[in-house]
Amino acid sequence: MSNSMDDVAKEAKCFLIIGSNTTEQHPVFGTMLRRAVRFRGAKLVVADPRKIDITEFATLHIRQRPGTDIPLINGLMYIILEKGWEDKAFVAERTENFDEFKATVMNYPPDKVAEITGIPVEKLYEAAEIIAMNSPMAVIWAMGITQHIVGVRNVMSLANLQMLLGNMGKPGSGVNPLRGQNNVQGACDMGGLPNVYPAYQPVTSDEAREKFAKAWGLDSGPMTVDGGTVRGLSSTVGLTVTEMMPGILEGKIKSLYVLGEDPVMSDPDTKHIRHALETLDFLVLQEIFPSETSVYADVLLPGVSFAEKTGTFTNTERRVQMVNKAIKPLGDARPDWWITAEIAKRTLFLLSSFDKDDKEEERRKINMDALWAKWDYRDTSEIMSEINALTPSYGGITHARLLKGERLQWPCPTTEHPGTPILHTKQFTRGKGKFMAIDHVPPAELPDDDYPMVMSTGRVLYHWHGGQMTRRAKGLMQVYGEALVELNPMDAERLGVNGKKLLRITSRRGSIVAEAWITDRVPPGMVYANFHFPAASANELTQAALDPVAKIPEYKVTAVKVELVKE
Amino acid sequence: MVNITIDGQCIETEAGKTILQVAKENGIQIPTLCYHKDLSPTGNCRMCVVEVKGGRFLQAACVTQVWEGMEISTVSERVMKDRKLTLEFMLANHPLDCLTCDVGGECELQDLAYDYRVEVPSWGAKGTRYPVDSDPNPFVRVDFNKCILCRRCVQACAEIQVRDVWGVAKRGFEEQIVAGAGTTMLEARCESCGQCVAYCPTGALSNKMNYGTARAHQVKKVTTTCSYCGVGCQFDLLVKNDKVIGVSSNPDAPVNGMALCVKGRYGYDYIHHHDRLLKPRVRRYLLEGVKKERTGSPWDWVETEWDTALDIVAKKFKETRDATGADTLGFLTSAKCLNEENYLMNKLARQVIGTNNIDHCARL
Repeated sequence: MSNSMDDVAKEAKCFLIIGSNTTEQHPVFGTMLRRAVRFRGAKLVVADPRKIDITEFATLHIRQRPGTDIPLINGLMYIILEKGWEDKAFVAERTENFDEFKATVMNYPPDKVAEITGIPVEKLYEAAEIIAMNSPMAVIWAMGITQHIVGVRNVMSLANLQMLLGNMGKPGSGVNPLRGQNNVQGACDMGGLPNVYPAYQPVTSDEAREKFAKAWGLDSGPMTVDGGTVRGLSSTVGLTVTEMMPGILEGKIKSLYVLGEDPVMSDPDTKHIRHALETLDFLVLQEIFPSETSVYADVLLPGVSFAEKTGTFTNTERRVQMVNKAIKPLGDARPDWWITAEIAKRTLFLLSSFDKDDKEEERRKINMDALWAKWDYRDTSEIMSEINALTPSYGGITHARLLKGERLQWPCPTTEHPGTPILHTKQFTRGKGKFMAIDHVPPAELPDDDYPMVMSTGRVLYHWHGGQMTRRAKGLMQVYGEALVELNPMDAERLGVNGKKLLRITSRRGSIVAEAWITDRVPPGMVYANFHFPAASANELTQAALDPVAKIPEYKVTAVKVELVKE
Repeated sequence: MVNITIDGQCIETEAGKTILQVAKENGIQIPTLCYHKDLSPTGNCRMCVVEVKGGRFLQAACVTQVWEGMEISTVSERVMKDRKLTLEFMLANHPLDCLTCDVGGECELQDLAYDYRVEVPSWGAKGTRYPVDSDPNPFVRVDFNKCILCRRCVQACAEIQVRDVWGVAKRGFEEQIVAGAGTTMLEARCESCGQCVAYCPTGALSNKMNYGTARAHQVKKVTTTCSYCGVGCQFDLLVKNDKVIGVSSNPDAPVNGMALCVKGRYGYDYIHHHDRLLKPRVRRYLLEGVKKERTGSPWDWVETEWDTALDIVAKKFKETRDATGADTLGFLTSAKCLNEENYLMNKLARQVIGTNNIDHCARL
């Protein structure tokens, strides 16, 4: 998020929620938005194919067809330009490439946009007026925007909109993606990505590589990969998770170390994932439960839950907060950081120890006297010191400060720095904000005669992702104990579904059977399914059609066929 | 600015503030029950009454604004008598099972009854007027016999959660809190966030999952950050005998204050679920040094000591790296784990192995 949750909730005159089921997926932030609407009179435009709960509070709900966000946003910007509602001063002072952008937007007149999105022209005008006339306006989105083959372009379109309206760098405005997992922001910040070191320092940058090579005791300079010789750090961008899985089948990946993740439930096209995991030479899985993925593991290492360890999570607004150990690790389980460090030490020992059969160049040469080369951490505050030294945006975020009650949002480069609740106040990271000319690209798989309906996927309030935790929470299971598939009453009538009936949903990749929830939350022609339950996981049906840049799968549009299961 | 006196103390303060606010700012304690700083004041419990010179009636401090020259007594005989009477009325039809009540020790009514040395009146209806545990909601235990009609639950649901599940039905002695139009909570579209429980001053609304497991003074509270979504709510884990037995709101939580969602407040019992992995496991073929086979005995799990499992992993990593190169190893780190742990996964992949094949579920 460019802004903070309380800032947006307190200061925004208007919210545009697009592709976020906020009250179910970020429930407490959802209540902050409800309060803003009810008690402060903030305006709310919800753009979502589904009639999600927050639409009850909406000034206006527009229902675009799945996968038509770009024409929708371009269409809104067309109207804003047509009416002269743009922030001309902001556009002139803080942005560039406006003309090229405008030329593209001009190809999206309301008539055409109405035809593509299914939103009537007058509603487009109404939406544009609400978001333009109520400033500052905050855009809020989540996976409904990103999980498309045009995920990156969708996000850039929203950035265009906010620059056009001058809604950047000030209270109550901004581009505000809601991060899903408790620490997905932190996992990205810490270099858990194939192209960057911590704090997004590119692996392709000589400077960054040299910095980490020096800190970690490796020869600096590019790594050469001839005949397995490995020195220094690799300058080759690695594979994303969505590339690793097919990569296994192509023989590119032989061994996999998975920490607290459940690809069988959470990755697209389950059958394909299972096949990939079966093909691996070696899978080590570090988990708290025997997950669906553990079936394929060669080694299963018992990690601990958040209640059994101390460290930090970073939330969606870049706020770093303490996680404090409340109980001892259960049984013989160990904190995950301890396990990873042990694996590192032992692997390093084997890679660096002398064996006369080893080729000289196969040995990993690490200068253990380098400042941050070692792995002998006594606790996570020592790891944080290393993070402070090597991660500029986390430079001043220490356990000691957090334990004193300081509330720190990165960037926080020094121990004196108070943190940064709002980004881009004076200028963008690259200087001027660049408008991007973005055209519509239809989803990879559209309905046809064989698979005439669209399925979108996501989660429900009572469950979390692959369900390993929430399916083991008794009360949550009492309220929501099996997968339900949302089906519009018109489709239900057509299919002869009445009451609690089982549906068979089939895509080109697989088939599931789940109970129907007949509801106008979904429009006719669309179903919505979740991936919380192995017996009927939506990911059996999804496909690994990826955004070319972000490599994110298009979970939000899958062509399916829906049938009534005859009893 | 206006000048007032409270209990003889001259105070200059801003117009528009309530007596309760000014008293609090000046270190003067006025007891409250229905009032809560997060909720709009209603003045309906009458615990915070004070005497204003010249006034015919006692005034509720939480809703009465100060005016120039106001003279207030918070401890006059009349005030103390009135508050005591109010408490007597509440206790007249309140079950007196404090010995076994779950919220004993953190009950605001109990504290006030103690402070005011209230003698429980012999009149009134102390029996169970309503069924105990009357709602099937799996998280919230409802016992309206203990309800003092302060309406904090109604307000918490309307003003914090903005869901309007709770309302007030009937009047007089029959007055009661109801979900929806007298339905169950879930039928009234309750999201089971437990905000009403967090704000209830008595045992009328309590937590069902840990009912009867511990009282306030028997638990250790550990403030931590939720492990579900990216909002980053903080709360206190309630620990007894090294076991997490519950979650309670921590009013100082920077993001969420007292608010939590159903998963954060009630989705904690997975921590001690019997499925938890408690020992490292390796497939038998790895211990016997035979070829990998995905069926039968070679594929059986064998529980091992840490050294055995960790050495196998290190050996396999080296073997893969030697045989096919560093870039044939992949690392999936975790958006559920700590920053420190993610940093180490990044260091392991890059420093030890020498590959950038590291990712996590940000895209999924």
